[in-house]
Amino acid sequence: MSTRPIVAASPEALQIVTFDATMEARIAELLPRYPTRRAAILPLLWLCQERFGWISPGVVRAVAARLGESPAFVEGVVSFYTMYQTAPPARYVLQVCTTISCAWCGGRELVAHLKERLGISFGEKTPDGVFQLVGVQCLGACGQAPVIQINDDYYENLDIAKLDAILDELAGRS
Amino acid sequence: MEPVLLRARGVPDSRSIATYLAAGGYEGWKKALGMGPDAVTKEVLDSELRGRGGAGFPTGRKWSFVPKDHPGPRYLVCNADESEPGTFKDREIIEYDPHQVVEGVAIASFAIKANTAYIYIRGEFVRWARILEDAIAEARQRGFLGKNVMGSGFDLDVWVHRGAGAYICGEETALLESIEGKRGFPRLKPPFPAVVGVFGQPTVINNVETLACVPHIIVRGAAWFASIGRPKNTGPKLFCVSGHVNRPGVFELPLGVTFREIIEEHAGGVRGGRQLKAFFPGGSSAPILTAAEVDTMADFDACAAAGTMLGSGGIIVFDDTVDMVDVADNVAHFYAHESCGQCTPCREGSDWCMDILDRIVAGHGRPADPDTLLRICRFSSAGMTICPLGDAFALPISSIVNKYRSEFERRIASATPLPQKKQPVLPWAGPCPGFGI
Repeated sequence: MSTRPIVAASPEALQIVTFDATMEARIAELLPRYPTRRAAILPLLWLCQERFGWISPGVVRAVAARLGESPAFVEGVVSFYTMYQTAPPARYVLQVCTTISCAWCGGRELVAHLKERLGISFGEKTPDGVFQLVGVQCLGACGQAPVIQINDDYYENLDIAKLDAILDELAGRS
Repeated sequence: MEPVLLRARGVPDSRSIATYLAAGGYEGWKKALGMGPDAVTKEVLDSELRGRGGAGFPTGRKWSFVPKDHPGPRYLVCNADESEPGTFKDREIIEYDPHQVVEGVAIASFAIKANTAYIYIRGEFVRWARILEDAIAEARQRGFLGKNVMGSGFDLDVWVHRGAGAYICGEETALLESIEGKRGFPRLKPPFPAVVGVFGQPTVINNVETLACVPHIIVRGAAWFASIGRPKNTGPKLFCVSGHVNRPGVFELPLGVTFREIIEEHAGGVRGGRQLKAFFPGGSSAPILTAAEVDTMADFDACAAAGTMLGSGGIIVFDDTVDMVDVADNVAHFYAHESCGQCTPCREGSDWCMDILDRIVAGHGRPADPDTLLRICRFSSAGMTICPLGDAFALPISSIVNKYRSEFERRIASATPLPQKKQPVLPWAGPCPGFGI
């Protein structure tokens, strides 16, 4: 069972967010897809993560209020799934697959290299806030091992040289 | 064999509806609307198509369990959660031929008279969720979905619902909970989803690959489908081969080929000229097979007879450099992370196995450890938990311990005791207050 550390939220993070007209338009598209408002929790959380960057306690409260749920219920949903960011993420979240095929086809070497190059361990961010390293379970790309998902995109059939080139490019963009 | 499900792989612009229509796409949907729901179900039943998600349950029978006289809505759910380690076939279908999935969803919805279908796709598959959404929009624009499809009077809406990172949501009842906006906790069965499914209504959940087979069955007929493979194990199947092979990838082959043929011919054999040591035949939750068992046929019944399962068709190959204790440890880490935590045998058992295996790997194994692992596995499988995740970690770990016990014993023989932390000895605090002594 995955567990998350409980982190005290800053006063700003607790502030309930407001949904602008664009968000409301997207919510209006979502709601008719389901017979209950509760079913829109996951898609609305995705919209919020896209819009606000992470799921702050203020986002949880806003989603709960918008869908007629308690904040505790929404928080329970958020904490169950691994992909909702419950703290502000780095600009690039490096999600390295650590499961069987990746582990035995070069994934371990990639992790060792990343830890050394970035000077961080799993779960940590670089001090400049550019990279964050996360060890994840099977990404469903075992035939293209080893695989890293960076934010939304898959990078497959990696080796250290390819990974370095990708990181150099991303670091240059920031 | 002539590719069926992967016929679009390598075709330029294969994802567009124009390419799909040029290859005879949506003909099955048109034909199905003319046949009527019962005839469609009968055709799928006769084809002996079995579910490709892992359990291998006959698809037509699953459809027929939906109560005929149900007054309310029904739902069709396409399971695109693809999370079993070693499995990457559904994304291959979606990548090259998303309309095949949309057409399968449409026909299956019609067969069970569902006017709403959800495609539940794992959260990590952002790219493939977009591909599906684009395909649905194209199909809707051409009148294959929406109100009064092709003048038939049948309405159908299809929505993509993204997960958010949870292996357990591939389990069908956890998936339904997740669509309903809840934590992905599997439900007790019965009632089965065909009777009480999503939003309390009859629901059929089929895997992407299963649904992709359906248009072909309708167009080419049940007899054609049943002529591929073996009796009761019919049709083409996508096999995903990963690990220590020369050409990892997805291969479409008739059910009943041997694992030897898949690994040696199609995947190019074990890489680096090394020897095959072991392989998972159907994802990491299937009991492991040894090199001596490589002539087993890759189908549902032959795998069951060999004490394992075809599962999702995810074949993970290990060469002779691999230490099986490490494999067991990696598997334990996966399932300990992914257990939803509802049932004690699974939540605690997977964690406990992980701790023991970590300790063995760290060089501190104890002689009793292999038997302790087997005992934990026994108490976590065979109906001790709400859903099959208890079996999913217990079966592979116990199979590795049983088949490669000597590797565990070798590590344990050279192990050193775990440095014990000195527990502080507390002075006796005296009798409980109130005893008056």
